[in-house]
Amino acid sequence: MNPLDGNAMAGDLRELFTVDVTAAHYTCAGCGHADAVGALILWGQEMGHVGRCPTCEDVVLRVVTAPDRVFLDLRGSVRLELPRTGS
Amino acid sequence: MGIISRGFGGRRRESVPGLPPGQYLTHDFPVLSAGPTPRIPLDRWSFTVATETGEKKKWNWQEFTALESEDVTVDIHCVTKWSKLGTTWRGVALDTLLADVETAADYTMVHSFGGYTTNVPMEDLLDGKAWIAYKFDGEDLEPEHGGPARMLIPHLYFWKSAKWVNGLTLMNDDEPGFWEAAGYHMYGDPWLEQRYQGD
Amino acid sequence: MARAALPGRLTWRAATLVGERRETPSARTLVLDVPDWPGHLAGQHVDVRLTAPDGYSAQRSYSIASAWDDKTVELTIQRVEDGEVSPYLIDDLQVGDQLELRGPVGGWFVWREKQTAPVLLLAGGSGVVPLMAMIRARGTAKGKQPFRLIYSVRTPEDACYAQELSRRVRDEPGLDVHFVYTRVSPRKRIDVATINSYGWPADFTPDCYVCGPTTFVEAAADILVALGHDPKRIRTERFGGTS
Ligand SMILES: Cc1cc2nc3c(=O)[nH]c(=O)nc-3n(C[C@H](O)[C@H](O)[C@H](O)COP(=O)(O)OP(=O)(O)OC[C@H]3O[C@@H](n4cnc5c(N)ncnc54)[C@H](O)[C@@H]3O)c2cc1C
Ligand SMILES: [Zn+2]
Repeated sequence: MNPLDGNAMAGDLRELFTVDVTAAHYTCAGCGHADAVGALILWGQEMGHVGRCPTCEDVVLRVVTAPDRVFLDLRGSVRLELPRTGS
Repeated sequence: MGIISRGFGGRRRESVPGLPPGQYLTHDFPVLSAGPTPRIPLDRWSFTVATETGEKKKWNWQEFTALESEDVTVDIHCVTKWSKLGTTWRGVALDTLLADVETAADYTMVHSFGGYTTNVPMEDLLDGKAWIAYKFDGEDLEPEHGGPARMLIPHLYFWKSAKWVNGLTLMNDDEPGFWEAAGYHMYGDPWLEQRYQGD
Repeated sequence: MARAALPGRLTWRAATLVGERRETPSARTLVLDVPDWPGHLAGQHVDVRLTAPDGYSAQRSYSIASAWDDKTVELTIQRVEDGEVSPYLIDDLQVGDQLELRGPVGGWFVWREKQTAPVLLLAGGSGVVPLMAMIRARGTAKGKQPFRLIYSVRTPEDACYAQELSRRVRDEPGLDVHFVYTRVSPRKRIDVATINSYGWPADFTPDCYVCGPTTFVEAAADILVALGHDPKRIRTERFGGTS
């Protein structure tokens, strides 16, 4: 199986948030690398999105979509910087 | 909304009787991965059991494959809804690996090369319910499918059958592993459709 | 009166196939009418969902090929043999049929007209789709940014948009296209020499966009980094695939 880019989870995230999270910036808890969420390396597509840091391969975020709920796990990021709507 | 796409059949799939609820039959072996596939040379492979008191027992590849192995034929059920019937494996039963380990732990965490983890109650590993498999269909287990060796716990959803295993930590209390922490069920019984937390 | 789009979450909407074009023997462009489409940026994609009569559904992402023209949305689908979704979209979906679509999404792999840097586009196979949207958006805006596309494709017959590309190269100053054929003798792959000859030097600090099957994207992006391009200026869109 080959990975995708963080960009490929834009649709699933846009169903939850009113802003585009893939254009937001994360800071990796493992190595401190900061970049756009869209630049994460994306694994695991069938069970959920596993976004890994391109620098250290640590998991930065996970998105699991159940029929009636979505789980968003952010323990691999120390910070997420999102644009405010309208700006 | 739910528009039905005229003439769209999707992947060939059969709902055969006798499968766990919500599962379809597949004849290939889909590969799911939460990260890059580790390539582990056999001389760098080892498997370590760490008990709740911190005691450790370790096998290298020679020692591990010298243990008594069993051939098993089992059905496997992936949480992404495919089931595969009559898969054949060769591996070492967890009963064999844990035979001389002193423990009163009720829970375990399976660890893999690459950092993957999954939690399994102790009793689900014993009494001929779980193996560490190193052959599939008579061949060495390929890296894509978890080789050199993977967990095989067929009575639970297949994410519990961790690929690329390298250790087992015995614990007094249950803790979530990789997918469990991200919303999947702590136990994962396919017959009860325990896919996500709270199911 | 223009209706202000309510900022909100995105949901699935019905799109109707209103036109189509054969791009190559194995690729088809779908022209879709999507009511209340908010417009899109070059490089964005949509998610498409197909549902079988028994409720089984499959979801895939497709890049938007067209520049925003106020009317329709175009996707170009490349056939993946034995694929679940792409053969259906190429062979079975008929004009007048509907499908479910969610988008536009993805605000990272995009090119905006206000970007002034030279642009280097590296396409592998169907990876040309979002890059074509960028070329079209530059054309619509009469942009002056120097654009170079290196398009790796099996044979000349497999190249999408070939006529339109040569017309644009003729009519739109500052646009260059170079093809690399992987199945025509002498078989070529995108390599250091190709990018050196037909790309921009790293000193020009171009914005680089790389898109195609995952193996292509990783190889091409590695070459860019090796040639001294700043990783921060390299944006990638991996399409997946097993090989
Ligand atoms: C952000 C994004 C944008 C995309 N944009 C486009 C686009 O504009 N045009 C387009 O044609 N496709 C695009 N794709 C790829 C598309 O989403 C599907 O993966 C592709 O159409 C195959 O789907 P399928 O159901 O036909 O094949 P599947 O049933 O999913 O796959 C069948 C077999 O082919 C392999 N395979 C899957 N994808 C590819 C591939 N891309 N190349 C080679 N082998 C593959 C699979 O691993 C599998 O073995 C995009 C993907 C992403 C993530
Ligand atoms: Zn990191």
